Amino acid sequence: MIARAGFNLVQVLVVLLCAPLITGVLNRLKEIVQSKRGPGFLQPYRDLWKLFHKDEIVSEESSWIFRATPYLSFVAPIFVTLLIPVLTAYPLSFAFMADMVGGGFVLALAGFFKTLAAVDTANPYGPMGASRTRMVGFLAEPVFIIVFFTVSFIADSTIPFIVQKRWMSPPSNFVQPSHVLLMVAFVMLILAEAGRLPVDNPSGHFELAMIDESKSLEYSGKGAALMKWAGHMKLFVLMCIFLNVLVTPWGLADRIALGEVLLAIPLVLFKIFLFVLVLVVIESSLAKLRLFRITEFLGSAFITSVAAMIMRVFSL
Amino acid sequence: MTTLDSLNMLAGGLFLLTAFGIVAARQARSSLGLFIAQSLLLAASALLLGLRYNSSHLYGVAVVNVVAKVILIPWILRRTLHQEIYTRREIDQVLNIPTSLLIALTLAIVAYFLTVPLQRAIEAQFRGPNIAIGFAVILLGTYTLAVRREAVPLLIALLAMENGAFFAGISLARTLPLLVELAIATDGLIVVFIAGVLIRAVHKHIGTTEVGALTRLRELTPDVQEEGSVRN
Repeated sequence: MIARAGFNLVQVLVVLLCAPLITGVLNRLKEIVQSKRGPGFLQPYRDLWKLFHKDEIVSEESSWIFRATPYLSFVAPIFVTLLIPVLTAYPLSFAFMADMVGGGFVLALAGFFKTLAAVDTANPYGPMGASRTRMVGFLAEPVFIIVFFTVSFIADSTIPFIVQKRWMSPPSNFVQPSHVLLMVAFVMLILAEAGRLPVDNPSGHFELAMIDESKSLEYSGKGAALMKWAGHMKLFVLMCIFLNVLVTPWGLADRIALGEVLLAIPLVLFKIFLFVLVLVVIESSLAKLRLFRITEFLGSAFITSVAAMIMRVFSL
Repeated sequence: MTTLDSLNMLAGGLFLLTAFGIVAARQARSSLGLFIAQSLLLAASALLLGLRYNSSHLYGVAVVNVVAKVILIPWILRRTLHQEIYTRREIDQVLNIPTSLLIALTLAIVAYFLTVPLQRAIEAQFRGPNIAIGFAVILLGTYTLAVRREAVPLLIALLAMENGAFFAGISLARTLPLLVELAIATDGLIVVFIAGVLIRAVHKHIGTTEVGALTRLRELTPDVQEEGSVRN
């Protein structure tokens, strides 16, 4: 019991400390592919360090929502970390607190507060980005629901640990069409949810075109650092769910031993690195979609997830 | 369920997805690319079923498919309609794409319910996902024919329908003589060739292949030609 609680702590620490690294590597690789000079892969850490040592300015007109949001959005991915397999293939102490739908809810709650905070300060760009995020959000919602529904339909559970076991047992489960189609739909979801390229440009500095970034424009100092860090962690957590539960359920610690859990860290980071390579290819080869094309992008994600469900019905 | 069955299902799932892609494609070129992928998946399914049921006829189907639909038909289309396929303009649809996709989705589900009684009626060894998916793709192709307003995507929708019929067929007729197979493939080639020449002629005379713009029937006189080019 104590060992499992300890492993939980290790998981949370891995997510906290490695998340900026992954974003840094992603940005660095993109710079290399696009022949830019750009900062090194440790830049996210330096940014966080710098921001934590700066003064924070909070508008007098803003309410408690503006001040609470950085903490809320910082805590949400950590909560989700407790629910999903980051390093271990067996459930840890809080694993049955909530299923994947619960995890999605926690992340959506943070997103909701971020939207409110963006509207709160009455900065002209904030509400614009907020309403766009809502648009992307409500288009992504049906995909989320169908994906979770199909996962529970195939694996008979929405607890990520059980789902992960399900693909492993006979290998024919892994090449099931619904599984493969789910992966495709989920990649598109990650791109939309984490504000990556065909949907939103994460490195754009043009306020009028921003979707996700413009919501944290008003934050400075500690608040901005927390929001940035929360963004890194959200991407990391989404990748963990995607890789450890759906795509590559291998390489996690099987036994309750500290050595195995620590060994799982480089393996998981390696898997994430491979996925980052795929992301770099996607982000460097696609242009940002026009705002009303996002409907089509998420529409095709929806079709893919429903096709996954139909295929499951067809094979019965 | 064996791994071969799973893989066949996977080919089927991707096959269905390419049909959705043909419904939603924005450019003639991507439409053609999706058709090639679809034909490859059809060949893959034939190969897997051939391995599963030890039928050499199905290998023949796979080979004929690859030669006719992955190599020859795209080649003919590129030769006859190069300009139509490679100009990077958006192709027109009656409905917008999300609506179109939702309708297509409904059609796929309808196809499933249509095939349930069919599946019950036939012998157990012929049952499988192929029939339902094939039906779905035929319906999606018909739908694409109904909503597209350009000649090249219409032709590709027609070919996709044929692919769907084939996909259902290979699970039913496992000992189809190769002769029939070759006849169908040649038929397809000739259809594509004639349609290609026809589209090319239409383009030459009227200046556009937008079927939606061709609403009036007239004899070909020089001023019609001019009008067409103005409209274009």
